[in-house]
Amino acid sequence: MDILDQIDTILRDLGSLERVGLSLVLVLLAALISRWQRADLEYDLVTATARGFVQLIAIGYVLELVFEQDHPLWTTLILLVMLTVAARTTGQRGKKTPGATRIAFLSIGLGSLFTLAVLVVAGIFDYTPQNIIPIGGMIIGNAMTTASQVINRMADDLHDHRGRIENMLALGATGRQASLIEFQRALRTAMIPHIDTTKTVGLIKLPGAMTGMILAGASPLAAVKIQLIVMYMLVGSVTFTGLIAALLTYRAFFTDAHQLRAIPASK
Amino acid sequence: MPILQIRELSLSRGGQPVLHKINLSIEPGEVFLLIGPSGSGKSSLLRCLNRLEEPAPGTVFLDGTDITALPVPDLRRRVGMVFQQVAMFPGTVADNLAYGPGLCGDSLSRARALDLLGMVTLEPDIADKPAGELSGGQAQRVAIARALANQPDVLLLDEPTSALDPIATHAVETTLTGLRERLGLTLVWVSHAVEQARRVGDRVLLLDGGRVVRIGSVAEMLDPVNGDRRALAFALGDEAGMQAQPGA
Repeated sequence: MDILDQIDTILRDLGSLERVGLSLVLVLLAALISRWQRADLEYDLVTATARGFVQLIAIGYVLELVFEQDHPLWTTLILLVMLTVAARTTGQRGKKTPGATRIAFLSIGLGSLFTLAVLVVAGIFDYTPQNIIPIGGMIIGNAMTTASQVINRMADDLHDHRGRIENMLALGATGRQASLIEFQRALRTAMIPHIDTTKTVGLIKLPGAMTGMILAGASPLAAVKIQLIVMYMLVGSVTFTGLIAALLTYRAFFTDAHQLRAIPASK
Repeated sequence: MPILQIRELSLSRGGQPVLHKINLSIEPGEVFLLIGPSGSGKSSLLRCLNRLEEPAPGTVFLDGTDITALPVPDLRRRVGMVFQQVAMFPGTVADNLAYGPGLCGDSLSRARALDLLGMVTLEPDIADKPAGELSGGQAQRVAIARALANQPDVLLLDEPTSALDPIATHAVETTLTGLRERLGLTLVWVSHAVEQARRVGDRVLLLDGGRVVRIGSVAEMLDPVNGDRRALAFALGDEAGMQAQPGA
């Protein structure tokens, strides 16, 4: 296929995007409301819409390519890109924690790797791009939120409870023993939203994977089966990620001599 | 042999010097007071003695042993600390007392808990009270008892009475000096109150700008007539008088 043919295909694909174009009416409405109420968000709205459009179209083409190649190396590369973006995003949010990007990379990476390995080894999903990229994306996306929550919550709690922690250290506690309360609290922060979602699933809203499958024409029961797997896998992966993030974060704040490092206050 | 020996101890934080070549020996059973203006390095010096701050190797010795060669938890059990801001741990007073021994897997008997409360002149029935409900003076005495549960040789006191009213201050001072008599405990006590140093101290170190100005007995340093001129200037809040050189 020469380049002209390719452009032709792209344009035809874009032409079939008229339904997407129609949905832009809602964005236009939002921009008008923003202007009318002087929320001053029109510019942000336009750039966000354009950026989202370009990103998703681009990722669509990249995925088409990777699906066509159907090679584990490409699939793995896509996962690594997702992981790197997730770790950098988390690292920027967690600047108070020394080495936050490294902590995020390790906790999101190991948590996701372990979950994916269980899913593949148990034969629940094959290592094909169609399976692994969307599933990996969900796992890494949720792990990112978890790592970010754990790293920031722990930094704030260790800062706020320095007095109690130093009292414990002075009695001979190790850094791990003195920060046990903060450690447990951070882990609970990471796990509770997922446990709550699992409790109320279907009663409040239909979850993403299931919604997507039903829209694509799958039967609701088939969609439910996949959704159950997704939910259970996410509870597992955020717990692994949360645990690793909490372990690495507490270690970042204590010296080898069990001294609590200085922590800047939150805004 | 001195129980604590400090040789040429310097400390800096973020590139700023905090302590400059401190030399000092503290004898067993002594009540040693550290006085000096805010920011003079008193607390930092104290925190070097149990490695809450990191002293350079070969600068602080406990019973002749370099403290950086000791396992940190063991050092901190032998050199206990009581802070200005008391932080009670979750649970009852008895839970708080059992914290230190619990870290090495030991339990604290009821009799021992009551004995510890007796040492800090608290009533036995306080043992089952939630620690969060204590008054400031009670909490400070529980913090002292909590440190004593580890059977330390030395107790570091970082302005233990500065957040307390005069009645609670008196109770804590009596408790601490009583412990020296009863257990032969060595006390290293940071205070900003010269009157307190006169009441409880054996020897006094005047620290200014991270340097030792002078070490001497309470009488040499703080006697209103014959005391050290700079120590008395500090007592009167006379900053210029503290810094002037003798004969200048």
